[in-house]
Amino acid sequence: MSDSAAKLSIVELQRDYRSGKRTPSEAISDIIEAIKLNDGDVGAYLSFDPEMALDEASNADINLPLGGVPIAIKDLINVKGQPCTCASRFLDSSYTSTYDATVITRLRQAGAIPLGRTNMDEFAMGSSTENSGLRSASNPWDVDRVPGGSSGGSAICVSNDTAIAALGSDTGGSIRQPASFCGCVGLKPTYGRVSRYGLVAFASSLDQIGPMTKTSEDAALLLSVISGSDSRDSTALSDVVPDYSSHLTGDIKGLRIGLPKEYFNEGIDADVRACVDEAISHLEKLGAKIVDVSLPHTEYAIATYYIIATAEASANLARFDGVRYGNRAVEPNDILEHYRLSRAAGFGDEVKRRIILGTYVLSSGYNDAYYVRAQKVRTLIRKDFAAAFNQADVILSPTAPTPAFKSGEKSSDPLQMYLADIFTIAANLAGICGASTPCGNVQVENGRTMPVGLQVLGPHLSEGTVLRITDAFEKTTDWHRLRPPTR
Amino acid sequence: MDKDKIDVNYVAELARIELTNDEAERFSAQLDDILGYVRQLEGLDVSGIEAMAHATPVYDVMREDQSRSGEGTKTALANVQESTADQFRVTRVVES
Repeated sequence: MSDSAAKLSIVELQRDYRSGKRTPSEAISDIIEAIKLNDGDVGAYLSFDPEMALDEASNADINLPLGGVPIAIKDLINVKGQPCTCASRFLDSSYTSTYDATVITRLRQAGAIPLGRTNMDEFAMGSSTENSGLRSASNPWDVDRVPGGSSGGSAICVSNDTAIAALGSDTGGSIRQPASFCGCVGLKPTYGRVSRYGLVAFASSLDQIGPMTKTSEDAALLLSVISGSDSRDSTALSDVVPDYSSHLTGDIKGLRIGLPKEYFNEGIDADVRACVDEAISHLEKLGAKIVDVSLPHTEYAIATYYIIATAEASANLARFDGVRYGNRAVEPNDILEHYRLSRAAGFGDEVKRRIILGTYVLSSGYNDAYYVRAQKVRTLIRKDFAAAFNQADVILSPTAPTPAFKSGEKSSDPLQMYLADIFTIAANLAGICGASTPCGNVQVENGRTMPVGLQVLGPHLSEGTVLRITDAFEKTTDWHRLRPPTR
Repeated sequence: MDKDKIDVNYVAELARIELTNDEAERFSAQLDDILGYVRQLEGLDVSGIEAMAHATPVYDVMREDQSRSGEGTKTALANVQESTADQFRVTRVVES
């Protein structure tokens, strides 16, 4: 197994293909082997179809941009002929996708092979993957801790070498936070950079698909492939898609890195803070300029988010009515009972809670007080970022205030879970892009260590700059190379 | 109704979700907690601030009005639990 292809990045795998050292079929076989060997304890995958992938590998054209490269897919993105459970009992085993999401069409055109469907919080609602309705998931660094969420499965499989790379989705931090907790790279693109067609919608004005990878180099490659306008998603931006890889020059001299004073407060775990301080000094040594910025409405971001996201979710999840697909109540008396029972049996607690909260904030008499007010505060938050980006090219912070927390620690108190999203959530409200890359390891009990993520946020469509910084950091540090202890 | 408390059973009815008594009790306490937290927005002056539905401007995207082939009935019904005469079967809507 020491020479398993599963340990490689996309760029390394392609090098091996092109030198003739490996074939796509061999690489896929290695990954299938790695999943069988190492996924049992951590639960990254909800399903995978080895035959389909091996079949595609035998016809792979390695000269394409992602030729023969297997990519794990979060289980809320439609891949024709595969399940798309959203980790929900509502869709489990009863649903097979009849079409490819636009990101899948683009991956296929670039020669990539979708391999495996990754675990997540049900309908992407959660920050720990504890809300998966189908399989529990654990952090590969310490199985008593959560992998983060909602794209927990994608973060696990990239970090513990049971995938080369993966796609996740980020509505309030769901790519960046699990990347931070598991020790991989995660990029949330600018809202509209990547088409959402075929992504099962949670909060349509916040959702964005993005890459979860072993390096920023890989994230740039994947992003170049999946980005661009789409006649099937009117919010997909028509701005030209650059070759993001060409932005990774390693040179960050003169770039202004902003540190928001509201983020660097007593709420950050001391060890996490030390790692991030160290990373800041490191970037300064590479020539970046550190400037102080302010995001004065930070304290309102979580409240704003949980009103807007749940309002949108309550509308989006109305489609799960048990008529056209998914769980269907047995012999209900009338249509209302049909809806109520189909949904009651299909959804888990957090999904029910959020639909109810969203319905409440949109209901007559409360709409202005909650939803419309939150939309106004959203404007203030966006303006905060616009002002900060006048003074700084990017904004830097920890991705999360703590390392991965213990399973069960926050699961009975949803508000405590929400409060841990403080550094990631505002980016979705403002629609800007951001990445997390490993920047240290902290000691926890029993001699274990847990990874810490550094978050770099940039203005709309500045993915090239964000990745230039995370890539420059990776080229001069080894944190992203660390792997969880093998069991 | 107390303005500061959520009537979970009523809202669940609007949301078309049947709740058990245990769920109603649990969610009620948790949602009161969450609403108590989000009410901090009340302290912020938002007069004159425009409400924002999207982070980027969203425009209607137009195309020529041309007929195109759809997925077809068979595909549309591929995941249905109950169908009849090539159509989705819906539970009775009108009273018998």
